[in-house]
Amino acid sequence: MLIEVENLKKTFHVAERQSGLAGAVKGLVRRKTREVCALSGISFQIGQGELVGYIGPNGAGKSTTVKTLSGILVPDSGKCTVDGRTPWLERIEHVRRIGVVFGQRTQLWWDLPVRESFDLLRDIYSIPTDEYRRAFDEMVHFLDLQSLLSTPVRQLSLGQRMRCDIAAALLHAPPILFLDEPTIGLDAVSKIAVRQFIARINRERKVTVILTTHDMDDIEALCSRVMVIGSGRILSDGSIADLRNRVSQDRILMVDLADASDVDGDIEGPWNTCTIAGGRMTIRYSPTQIATADLISKITSKYTVRDLYVENPPIEEVIAQLYRNHAQ
Amino acid sequence: MKPYTALLRVRFLTLLQYRNAAMAGVVTQLFWGLIRTMIFEAFYASSTVRQPLTKGQLVTYIWLGQALLGLLPWSTDTELRDRMRSGAVVYDLLRPVDLYSHWYCSAIAARTAPTVLKSIPIFLIAGVFFGLSAPASPQAALAWVALTFCALLLNCAFSVLISTSMLWTVSGEGISRLAPTVVYALSGMMVPLVFFPAWLQPALNILPFRSMVDIPFRIYSGAIPATMALNYAIYTLSWAASLIVAGRVCLSRGMRRMVVQGG
Repeated sequence: MLIEVENLKKTFHVAERQSGLAGAVKGLVRRKTREVCALSGISFQIGQGELVGYIGPNGAGKSTTVKTLSGILVPDSGKCTVDGRTPWLERIEHVRRIGVVFGQRTQLWWDLPVRESFDLLRDIYSIPTDEYRRAFDEMVHFLDLQSLLSTPVRQLSLGQRMRCDIAAALLHAPPILFLDEPTIGLDAVSKIAVRQFIARINRERKVTVILTTHDMDDIEALCSRVMVIGSGRILSDGSIADLRNRVSQDRILMVDLADASDVDGDIEGPWNTCTIAGGRMTIRYSPTQIATADLISKITSKYTVRDLYVENPPIEEVIAQLYRNHAQ
Repeated sequence: MKPYTALLRVRFLTLLQYRNAAMAGVVTQLFWGLIRTMIFEAFYASSTVRQPLTKGQLVTYIWLGQALLGLLPWSTDTELRDRMRSGAVVYDLLRPVDLYSHWYCSAIAARTAPTVLKSIPIFLIAGVFFGLSAPASPQAALAWVALTFCALLLNCAFSVLISTSMLWTVSGEGISRLAPTVVYALSGMMVPLVFFPAWLQPALNILPFRSMVDIPFRIYSGAIPATMALNYAIYTLSWAASLIVAGRVCLSRGMRRMVVQGG
């Protein structure tokens, strides 16, 4: 296994004070700290070439995990090996083999043109000239950076900056890539460009990718495997289909009725909910209650149907449900 | 070495772009230099006691101070401070370079680049118009260059040490205001150390700060013979080495307790 994490724990101490003047004065005398458990013993394994989505609500421990895996944070206890090394013990050797992008901050030098930032990274990573040349050309080509190279980083738009940031993380050809919210704040075109690129390097260069995001479309478009973390614990680890099955097997049948004059309202039946509104009937049901084929024949026998289709509940809803289940 | 020289070079070149700030700095420094010269002239005129520095040496001392003020570790690396506050410092840890050396290189650039820009006009103007004299002798000039270089190494060690303290305090506001005052006073930048009371001299001789200003400046003007340079170089470099060790220890301790907040 390329990445092995076993029972990793990390606690932060957060200073607390009561609000108002009295609280501030009290805080001078006695500092109260509260322990916040960011990771309460997580374990997982990731093989070479996998593209794993890592999701969870804000404050669940996603970034803490990524920062630990990349050698920035030292955990309180637990084991973690990446490519045979413990990140925080052999930091320098370790970071040569990983690329990291934090979507919310740039790793480029604010005042330098993109090109110079890249050249500086070449020197920092001591990348041999011909390898650098090759990686550089590849990035410029795939991420369409040619027109940005001489622009100072501070003048780039967010989408442009993110493309440059991703390129910067890959110039030294790391076999492992950590992406922490790489699509945050991007417009649709940039998002798709970033996603296609991630898929491509995973497919062609066999780069192992861990992707944290709040954008479920990223996950659905890219990841064959999803790990869900909540309150410092892994809640679910598997394919998106597994995740759906675990949380809820509900399906949604949408029926467009030919006769829009049918009354709006709810209809009772062997399903969870069924509502008609504006000529569209939406039935939420579970295949364990009624088989999809039976349901359809039941509907078509009663109504004149213009069109119908079955879909899964939006993945957002599934995840939100999982978070809620866990919180209870 | 290449990663470090690259980091140093890029930071140096970036800082060289701040020409307007340097121009403003030159004007400020000339202004302060003139005021300080006048104060000391009044002081010399009103005193009948024989002073430890001749007037010419003193004026030279003042103008050297104005020209080389930027070398003093009297502000922490603001760029590093911003990176720490914003959390962008995580990227420093993602580079396959030794963190202390990385910061030390930044400190060298931060100390030298603005000084290069500011010191040349000040040397010229003060030399032509305001009584900054040439080094006492070629030996003195050589010794001064060597000791200034040693002082640079010491100054950077000091400023990185101050920067690492921010791993504990987050804002870094307190120490980065306190440290400059201490440096400014005890290095001899404010008043040459020979004017300090005798009972304070043993302490001043032990502390590292006089290597930053007092020693190289007095070597320059011949108030300390150039033959003493080697001793003082050793003194300065041993302090630099101690502060580097201290900085490394602080850094590795601090990193272990570091918290990177937010996304």
